[in-house]
Amino acid sequence: MKRRDSIKSILLGSVATGIAINSCAPSDPSVDLPKIPELPPYGRTEKEKLRDQEILETNFFNEHELSTIAVLCDIILPKSDKYNSASDVDVKEFVDFIARDIEVHQIPLRGGIMWLDSYSNKKYNKEFIVCTNDEQFDICNQIAYPEQTKPELKSGEAFFTRMRNLTLTGYYTSKKGIEELGYKGNTPNVWDGVPEHILRKHGFKYEEEWLAKCVNNSNRTDVAKWDDNGNLIS
Amino acid sequence: MQIKESPETFDVIIVGSGAGGGMATKILSEAGLNIAVIEAGPFFDPADPNTRTQLRWPYESPRRGAGSTRPFGDFDAAYGGWEIEGEPYTKKQGTKFDWFRSRMLGGRTNHWGRISLRFGPLDFKRKSIDGLGDDWPISYDDVKPYYDKVDKLIGVFGSNENLPNDPDGYFLPAPKPRLHEMYYIKGARKANVPVYPSRMSILTKPINENRGVCFYCGQCNRSCSAYADFSSGSCLIFPAQKSGGQIKLYTDSMVREVVTNDSGKATGVIFINKIDRKEYKLNAKVVVLAASACSSARILLNSKSKVHRDGLGNSSGLVGKYLHDSTGASRVAFIPQLMNREIYNEDGVGGMHVYSPWWGNHKKLNFPRGYHIEVGGGLGMPAYGFGFNTNMLNEFIGGKVGGYGDELRKDIKKLYGSLIWLAGRGESIAMESNYCEIDSNVVDEWGIPVLKFHYKWSKHEKLQAKHMHDTFEEITDGMGGHVLGDRPTEDQEYGLETPGRIIHEVGTTRMGDDPKKSVTNKFQQLHDADNVFIVDAGPFVSQADKNPTWTILALSWRTCDYIVSELKKQNI
Repeated sequence: MKRRDSIKSILLGSVATGIAINSCAPSDPSVDLPKIPELPPYGRTEKEKLRDQEILETNFFNEHELSTIAVLCDIILPKSDKYNSASDVDVKEFVDFIARDIEVHQIPLRGGIMWLDSYSNKKYNKEFIVCTNDEQFDICNQIAYPEQTKPELKSGEAFFTRMRNLTLTGYYTSKKGIEELGYKGNTPNVWDGVPEHILRKHGFKYEEEWLAKCVNNSNRTDVAKWDDNGNLIS
Repeated sequence: MQIKESPETFDVIIVGSGAGGGMATKILSEAGLNIAVIEAGPFFDPADPNTRTQLRWPYESPRRGAGSTRPFGDFDAAYGGWEIEGEPYTKKQGTKFDWFRSRMLGGRTNHWGRISLRFGPLDFKRKSIDGLGDDWPISYDDVKPYYDKVDKLIGVFGSNENLPNDPDGYFLPAPKPRLHEMYYIKGARKANVPVYPSRMSILTKPINENRGVCFYCGQCNRSCSAYADFSSGSCLIFPAQKSGGQIKLYTDSMVREVVTNDSGKATGVIFINKIDRKEYKLNAKVVVLAASACSSARILLNSKSKVHRDGLGNSSGLVGKYLHDSTGASRVAFIPQLMNREIYNEDGVGGMHVYSPWWGNHKKLNFPRGYHIEVGGGLGMPAYGFGFNTNMLNEFIGGKVGGYGDELRKDIKKLYGSLIWLAGRGESIAMESNYCEIDSNVVDEWGIPVLKFHYKWSKHEKLQAKHMHDTFEEITDGMGGHVLGDRPTEDQEYGLETPGRIIHEVGTTRMGDDPKKSVTNKFQQLHDADNVFIVDAGPFVSQADKNPTWTILALSWRTCDYIVSELKKQNI
């Protein structure tokens, strides 16, 4: 119920924006209206498409916040010879969307960014994103290791942990992230059990008695037939 | 406003298109009857590319499959959830019940776990064994022929084990266990808990030419576009249409009430078309309710007339009473030996390849009835939430907690696939004090008075959940693993899920021989109106520690045979 209410308020917000854009459009046709991205289909109902569209048409983070998120994501999962960076797979865009979609992230992320800038201002007299790499790492190191965090920096730790979680999800659910992880499924195949060398490595072996109850892949496409006692005979 | 009335009189109106309604559609249309099926949600065909979620990747969803639009995630096939906009329900203060509804052709059969367990002989006669609840007016022998027919019609894999209360059937061969399931087998055996191939309605071999064979994507909850798993549309309603049945589908149509005449017999139903928001009346000789246990109770209670003053079928006052859901508690365990796994495709079928049916001996236990254990885990497809537990797991194994960069990437790969999930699903005791009734102060957006729930677990269920945790811990020890999280306390009801959460709610129109103590007779026919039948799980007297779908299907078939025979004899 709570989320519904806030969606409604977002809706109201977007309607207001719409009116504002429309009212200035005729007098200034040269203004480029921002393009609302459209999602490729993924099996949505009409209501769900509408909900996605509502989310896409609103903004939550400002530019500074998004830049900060981008820097943090790439500290958490940076580019190297071997790996893609979080930016390479659009993790910032994922975080931007998910904060609008799952609103419990909003205050902790927005407030967390403010906390980060306050700490950075105190320590280096500038905002986090304009710090040097070394300065940024120095700040992150204070809040990236929960067992070592100073008590007064716990708020920063909670923020960094949330950023780490969202970055991991954003990265490892992307096409390249899934390739890096090595997940092999989501494709038609024929399951024939755990590869034998892996079973052996774990000290297991399929028992004959159990295998007798299992799919025999040589006749898996034959139509099933049973005798009167329920024994499969095809 | 005048209700629009169709001039046609159907032989049978079926309300709801899930397991019970789908089976009724098939059996009654094949008997040559002229059928109207009324479904509160839209048309749905798992093979339709426009609504397909099967084989989609997490990155096709902007929220990476998170549960913020659909409660089980973007790719789950159920349209609906615990809360449906415009269709509220209420709860008595101090009680809990969560009601899951799936508004679509096929209902909840599109996304369910396909765990297909027969009730056993003991499950129909529990009162005779432990003195609690009531016995069914029928026995396993009455239902067995129908279970056999359902096995062959729909297809279920499993194994004949000659167990006393988990009957054999006509099974397709089971898939071989996955690696984490081998650990489970090892741990369970050490704990003296038996393990067998699971029993699920997924085609590991073809049963006819109309449906495909499982291609092991592990995504049955997305509803199979090859029709290789059971859903009511793909396995019952579409085949019935294909074989020339006279079936008229009314989708997006929400039934408000059953209409009765002066002699108390049903003449049809009134429904609201959700698209034009107008009321319609359909007439029929027979009305079959299959809207789900609670929805059918709601329709009956909202069908008040001169003859049926307290609602149709409610002369006993028991419509809505004896509502009960399965118990559920679960635990996650970490298996160190599964760290740094070699990766291969272990999607398998959607859900577990092995399970443990109830094994307990009540002489040594402080709670009645029992539970089965479901097991999950493996090298699954990442989705929203992936990586969130990295800190917790590192803390647990004494690794370096936190960090970023390459060490973090290493952690992710080290921990991928190292968790096992154990869940108990058990039998609660049906009690008159757990019920749903009409909340006369609240209507939904269709103007229909909504349900109010009153539900509290008793000590029986809590003690059962406690035992589940004992078992999970013992099995985990036997696997060489470690349970995660704190053991839930008595104050936390030992981790017992909120009633309704297991989505096995049954009992609201229970069957019996005595019209004062039951709503339907043993053929699921209302005592108070002989041309109204209920073929969802409402007539269940007790729900067993088995998932209800296979029994819904068998009893719906049995009732339909009875309807056809009664119509022939001109008894109804």
